Amino acid sequence: MISIKGFFRGRTIIQPIWVFVIAIFIFFSFMSEYFLSLSNITNILVQTSTIGLIALGMTYVMINGNIDLSVGAILGLAASLAVGLQDYGLTIAIIAALASGMLLGAINGLVVWKTGVNAFIVTLGAMLGIRGLIFLYTGEQSFYSMNFAFADFGASTIGPIPVLAIIFLLCTLVMHLVLTRTGHGRNTFAVGGNPEASIDAGIRLGRHMMINFIIVGFFAALAGVLLASQMGAATPNLGRDYELWTITAVVLGGTKLTGGYGSIVGTLGGVLAIGILRNGMNLMQVPAFYVLVVLGLILITVLIIDKKLNVPSTKEVRI
Amino acid sequence: MASAEQTKQQLLNGRISRAGILSFLSAQGILVFFLLSMFVFSLFSEQFLSQSNIMTVVRQASIIGIIAVGVTVVIIGGNLDLSVGSMLSFATVLVVDLHDKIGPMNAILVMFAFTLLLGAVNGFLIGLMRLNSLIVTLAMLSVIQGLVLIYSGGQNVDIANQDGTWFPFFGRGYVLGIAVPVLLFGLLALLMQIVMSYTGYGRRIFAVGGNPMASVYSGIRRNWCVFSTYLISAFCVACAALVLGSRVMGSQNNVGQGYELLVLAGIILGGTSLLGGAGSIWKTVIGVLILGFIQNGLLLMGYPYYTQWIVTWVIIILAVWLDLANKRKRLLTTHS
Repeated sequence: MISIKGFFRGRTIIQPIWVFVIAIFIFFSFMSEYFLSLSNITNILVQTSTIGLIALGMTYVMINGNIDLSVGAILGLAASLAVGLQDYGLTIAIIAALASGMLLGAINGLVVWKTGVNAFIVTLGAMLGIRGLIFLYTGEQSFYSMNFAFADFGASTIGPIPVLAIIFLLCTLVMHLVLTRTGHGRNTFAVGGNPEASIDAGIRLGRHMMINFIIVGFFAALAGVLLASQMGAATPNLGRDYELWTITAVVLGGTKLTGGYGSIVGTLGGVLAIGILRNGMNLMQVPAFYVLVVLGLILITVLIIDKKLNVPSTKEVRI
Repeated sequence: MASAEQTKQQLLNGRISRAGILSFLSAQGILVFFLLSMFVFSLFSEQFLSQSNIMTVVRQASIIGIIAVGVTVVIIGGNLDLSVGSMLSFATVLVVDLHDKIGPMNAILVMFAFTLLLGAVNGFLIGLMRLNSLIVTLAMLSVIQGLVLIYSGGQNVDIANQDGTWFPFFGRGYVLGIAVPVLLFGLLALLMQIVMSYTGYGRRIFAVGGNPMASVYSGIRRNWCVFSTYLISAFCVACAALVLGSRVMGSQNNVGQGYELLVLAGIILGGTSLLGGAGSIWKTVIGVLILGFIQNGLLLMGYPYYTQWIVTWVIIILAVWLDLANKRKRLLTTHS
């Protein structure tokens, strides 16, 4: 039976964030004549692909009950490497960029696993430190891509659909299947739901968390490479604040910070909600600052709705 | 009983002093680290320990320090505040912009009122509505940054007539040879240290952060306690904005961006647990000063400014790790 409570809790097929996405989609279709066109919709997908790719990995980490604040810095480093190492060949540059993301993710995961320090603290430090590494590597310079194949790739299309949008949607599909259909996905929920019980059940908790940190590192690096190819350049400050946008998208998508609950479908909704809001308000010629306010208010509203519907009254003492 | 017997035996054998020193060292590890790093830097640079250099470092650290005092109270109460950076931008832009329009005194009053209002919004959502503090303050970070940009229209603000006003006093003035920012930092830290350690209010905050349910059952009005910590945090941000605005006599509209993380870094380095219920103001003061001295020391040794970020990365993790290792009597975790 479809009850309104179950509906808002995301137990039915359509999650609340998707209702919101559809609502603002219809709203902007009426408000702006340019909004509802194939080119604009693919445009939204390209614009959101950066945050979207990171959010895929972040969903895994957050379902685990961890958080990764260093994704923005990893994105920046990968972008700089992908452009800066092109003298050694494009393939090597891209492989090095992706490897750097996975390596830094592995370091984060290893530290969380072996030292037991809270992931928030570990990745907060990494966020500062990796930004330092970027400045060290680039010498505070922006890099421009001399290889036009790289810059062309960011703008290329297959039929009417941009390649970046296809990569994003493919990755989303794969990560959704891994989360819902594989043992790794099941373990992800188990670890987040009850870490002690998952250890007792024989899950290698530390290794598992580390793999998820490597995944988010990989996606942050991939997003960095794709963003650099979109711009044909990389700046040392690229990716600042992206961790905040990503976490906002994942939380909008219904993933709980406490772990054990969440979905890739919800995250996709959260990412699209941010993308459509930005794009739609832009088309309506609303100054960009209002998007910040609106997004923050939506995040708080989602939290209030979630709180009102989800808290069993017996669990908490009312005073 | 056994431990009492042991202690007595140790006392008789005269071994208590050694054990005492060891336990003191492990408990005050951050202080030891602080003195050690000061010593190392002083080996490499002659100016490092000069009085003028130390005063410069403390003065530079005072803005982060003032904010960190407030955020420490929030963290001891078991919550987080990520919105302080945006709030600092907001307060600084407001006070600088209003200075020429309604005079310094009124500008300061209005700035404090609005910053406290933002703190009250945080407190209402987190304390009274019991929403997750990380997400609420993350959302507020975005909202407040948007408000700053809407208010200023994306323009930077400054004070046109810089000579005919007493406003620079807060950022550039000296009282009894001590810079006013440092004085403000010291006074706020001392005041909050006394409040947290010696008053019933401070004890209640510790209780709420340590075990929220137990604090409710023992009759503490938990929700209002949490609410009040956000007012304190906002008050400290307003003080920091006063210093920042009057030192620069102008403001960019994103001047506070990233401060929330530097503040957190200082607090974590000082040894205050993010879980709540533990920590102290003086530890935060030391943590913030360590960050300041590391930055200064590395610069004096000729390294570029971003080296400090990499060093901070390592020492934050080391500091928390050693603290944890000391508690569990093991260096590494046991699970695979």
